Formats: sequence, structure tokens, C-alpha cells
Amino acid sequence: MSTETIPPRFGIGDTVRVKSLSPEGHMRTPWYIRGKVGVIGGLMGSYWNPEESAMGRDGKPDRMVYHVHFDQARLWPDYNGRETDQLVVDLQDHWLDIASPQELEAGNLS
Amino acid sequence: MSPHDHEHGDDHGHDHVYGDDDLLAEVFEGGPPDDYEILEIALRELLFDKGVITPAELRAKIVEWDGKTPENGARIVAHAWVDPAYKQRLKDDFYSAAAELDIDTAGPQLVAVESTDDVHHVFCCTLCSCYPRAVLGIPPEWYKSKEYRSRIVVDPRSVLSEFGTTLPDHTDVRVIDNTAESRYFVIPKRPEGTEGLSEEELAKLVTRDSIIGVTEALKP
Repeated sequence: MSTETIPPRFGIGDTVRVKSLSPEGHMRTPWYIRGKVGVIGGLMGSYWNPEESAMGRDGKPDRMVYHVHFDQARLWPDYNGRETDQLVVDLQDHWLDIASPQELEAGNLS
Repeated sequence: MSPHDHEHGDDHGHDHVYGDDDLLAEVFEGGPPDDYEILEIALRELLFDKGVITPAELRAKIVEWDGKTPENGARIVAHAWVDPAYKQRLKDDFYSAAAELDIDTAGPQLVAVESTDDVHHVFCCTLCSCYPRAVLGIPPEWYKSKEYRSRIVVDPRSVLSEFGTTLPDHTDVRVIDNTAESRYFVIPKRPEGTEGLSEEELAKLVTRDSIIGVTEALKP
């Protein structure tokens, strides 16, 4: 049912920023990644919104869950590892905004 | 006093999942039950009393879950090591590939990621305890600890070294946080010197921890 699913807004390689929000309730977006910039690494399928289903509602419409890659060296000060080490977090469409590659370059540490 | 000496009331005849008080005393040997254990017992007894589930159904479920062991995951990895086409099918559609080995992975979607010389994968769940239970069973206590859940994300190389895992300088570490609908499964790197081994022998080298990614597969 197309009306029950929001088409994905992002594709592989897109730069995205995780929304820096702090709503109450059942949130699956970890705190440590809110506000950070990463790159879409994969589309994992469309699912209900767990923030709604946790409240006993139907969670419709479904929306895409993305595999989002973050550079570890850009996340943590004095990261102990390689420049190319990554952290991968699955995040749902409505938690992401498009960002520019310049924002990614600028890093997440500031 | 037996831990089961609580007031039942006159008309409170129901079957407990454990048949006798001696067994219950053994269950609680380590001390009185904590609040969550009491909550679980209360909920379980209520579900029985209301006829939502029966003790036999609960027992069958426990037996089913006890049958989901890391040996299932090990068989999948060993088969993927010896059959590259199978490994690709596993990455494309875990459920169907597991079914080829008569392993049922109904439940959350499983996703296989492969560790190589270039990249080592390890997974966690920083939110709670999400885990590929269909192929590894119940997660170990440390996997659910706040220490593991926080440190593996921030400083994975130190955590790996505490598990005895030292990676080559040229290998990236990729940490996957199970935050949503998929559950991850690491295909560890096939150890060197295993060319002559049978699939059954290979499976013995694949540990639970190597599928989580905190270690590599055992050396022969």
C-alpha cells in the first residue's frame, strides 16, 4: 500500500545530519549520535515508526531505516584507532536531515 | 521460610511452572528474588490464571529457546567459508540461506557482515540487548552490561584487546549498533591454515564471540 509507506528521502552516499531533538518516549536514536553528520551506507527496508507503535498506535506510515556510517575520528576527541574506523547506526528517515559534504568535513567535534 | 510461603488465599488453586517448593528454594538459593524476578513471577502466574498461556506452553518455549545455540551460527559461518556462492546468498537473504541448513531464523531480519583483512566488524546494542538470538540464543551477561555497551562504541580497540583480540595495523574496525529492525551477524575471517579441514572441523573454530566480533575465529 503505497500510501502506507513514505518513499525514502535519501540514497547511498548522501550526507545526513541526525536531528538534535530530545522528545520523551521510546526513541531508538541513541543520544550519542544526535546532531552528528554521517553518510548513508545502506537502505535496510521500511518499517513502522516504533515511537508510535510503542504507544499502542499503528506506527503508520512505514518509513525507511538507513545504515548510517560515521567516522569514529570525527565523533570522539582523541579517538584511539585508525582514521578510517567507522561506527554504523541504523536510523529511521524522520530522524535525518540532508547535510553538505562540507559539514561532514567540518567534523562533529565542535 | 520457603520463598514460596506467600499468602495464596482460599480459592487460589493454580499450577506453578516449578512443581515443588524444594525446587523453588533451589532457584532462589542466591537470596530472595529481586523486584524484577517478583514482577516476572507475578506476571507469569497471572497469565496462567487468566488462561492466556499454559505452563506447558511456557515450558515448550523455554525448550525451543534452549535449542537456539551458537552452534547454529557456527554451522552457517563454516558453510559460508567453504562455499562462496552460499556466502553471497547469506549476505543477500539471511533467512533463506539459513533455511538451506534447516535453521529457522523467524523474527527480526538478520544481516550478515563479513570481516576481512581490511575491516573487522563487531556489534553491540547501546539501547538494550538486541542480539541475533535466532542463531546465537540468549546474549551473554557482558553483552548487556553498560560497560560493554558504552565502551565498545567509543573505544572499540581497547575493548577488543581486553578480549585478547589484536588486529593488524592496516585493519579498520567497524562497530555496528543494533538500534532498529535488523540484527547483525559477523562472518569472521577464516583462519589461516584451515584449507584441509572439513566443514564440521571448521565449525568448531567458530565461537559465539567471533560472531559478535569481539574475537576472531579460533586457530586450528
